[in-house]
Amino acid sequence: MGKKRSNAGLLVVTVLVALPFVPLFLWAFAGEWRFPDLLPTEWSLRGVASVMEPGGRVLGATLNSLLIGMAVAVASVAAGTPVGMALGGYEWRFKGAVIFFVLLPILVPPLASTMGVHLTFIRLGLADTAFGVFLVHLVPTVPYTAIIMTSIFAERTGEAEEAARTLGANPWQTFVHVTLPEVVPGVAVAGLFAFLISWGQYVLTILIGGGNVVTLPMLLFSAASGNDPVITSSLAIVFALPAVLALVVALHFLRSSERDGGNGFVGLGKVS
Amino acid sequence: MGGRLKIALLLAPALVVIGILFAGGLVSAVVQSVGYMPAIGQTRVSLDAYREVLSGGDFLDSFLLTVYIAGVSTAVSTVLAVLAAMTLRRSSGRLSAVVFQLPITIPHLLAAVGIALVVSQTGLGARLAAALGLIGQPREFPALLYDRYSAGIILTYVWKEVPFVALVVLAALRGVAGELEDVARTLGANTWQRFWYVVFPVTSPGIVAASLLVFAFTFGAFEVPYLLGRTYPTILPVMAYNEYKDVELSARPVAMAINVLISLFTAIFAALYLRLARDLGRG
Repeated sequence: MGKKRSNAGLLVVTVLVALPFVPLFLWAFAGEWRFPDLLPTEWSLRGVASVMEPGGRVLGATLNSLLIGMAVAVASVAAGTPVGMALGGYEWRFKGAVIFFVLLPILVPPLASTMGVHLTFIRLGLADTAFGVFLVHLVPTVPYTAIIMTSIFAERTGEAEEAARTLGANPWQTFVHVTLPEVVPGVAVAGLFAFLISWGQYVLTILIGGGNVVTLPMLLFSAASGNDPVITSSLAIVFALPAVLALVVALHFLRSSERDGGNGFVGLGKVS
Repeated sequence: MGGRLKIALLLAPALVVIGILFAGGLVSAVVQSVGYMPAIGQTRVSLDAYREVLSGGDFLDSFLLTVYIAGVSTAVSTVLAVLAAMTLRRSSGRLSAVVFQLPITIPHLLAAVGIALVVSQTGLGARLAAALGLIGQPREFPALLYDRYSAGIILTYVWKEVPFVALVVLAALRGVAGELEDVARTLGANTWQRFWYVVFPVTSPGIVAASLLVFAFTFGAFEVPYLLGRTYPTILPVMAYNEYKDVELSARPVAMAINVLISLFTAIFAALYLRLARDLGRG
């Protein structure tokens, strides 16, 4: 049970994790890749061109995904951070019931509630609009930001705030100068994950957006149902970029706040 | 500012969002499932949709398929995750964190596309098999997509969920379980005894909680089976979606009834999970 076996295990896991990305990268730049060749026999930039096409569908969809994702991240953090403060920082009655209620959208699939709310959205003119899509994306993201922020606030003792108050700071000054700087890394991680959940949404977007709000997952889905792996793989790589970037940034934040890469993320297996 | 008022204000934004969009949506789904839709002139309340859903064979087929996919994905993910965590516990924490985080952050849709290109009959796996002389034609490679065993779907879920469960196990192993194991070793316990009497009991509540989350998720998830599954039977969420997309508005209550049943089923798992998580927090 030594370090050697551990490292061999890590190598195996790394290969398995990387495996699905291998054909994606090869196909994205493939010109000709017939069975049973192990590698493409010709390379081409057709996939890259399809993604980069000026004024094309991919750029438009990417922009839609980015804008909706960023709006979702900001709104989720704005709603989730105070919940984290209340759940992580204070003791009060009915806390258990509120935790259950906040976590429910993570455990009960939001598909049902979204179909339920669709008629009302149609009546209010929110169906087929980006704003409507933004609203339903909040259902899975707000609970996640709330959990992350709860764990951040639960680790704080409040001693620094007490010291600031003793030194004459008012509640607002205490919040801005003491609490806020300390929770910024947590807020950033929570926002990133809210963004990623929104970025990966397919079914909620298609239900409420009705095909009028075209985001990247829509394009990837129709490409994947078709028969052109070059286009599918190029789209898939664009689709993967924020997740990879976010991972790098999140790990950096976690390191700088001296958390061991585990806790901040646990519970996030369902980013989809 | 009073304590209670402060808590209420802090909770307000999120509770409004979840209350209206999620709880309100669920209530609306229940109302529509009993056929009450004044917008299209239907105000007669009945349980016809439930009768139709539960008496037809389609629902049972879908239910069994859903339980099968969620159950197998959860079981395989949990076993592999425990094995991976036990093997990797002594490796570099940061490196294994990065390797494990990647599948967690990657959207399910993307994972499904990548896995499909590996396991399809002209995929990377089939090409490797051909290079090794195991197969000559693509069709000699086992069909792992759109197949009756839902292999592609399960493989995608396993790829996504093993890292999630493994991180939970790793956190437990690197924490108190590791310390207790050292004590057991000092006291002369062998590898098997240390696992069975120390590591397993300490880590199992966390593992069970993580598995419940995985089960609840794979039970209600839509994208992967929609992309890689057969057209019949489909999993319950896809069945609900197909009914919902039906041009006949009379199919609406049926779609909603399926949705309500999915929600009830997953809510039971939610309650179990939260109970377990609360007990964990106390212990």
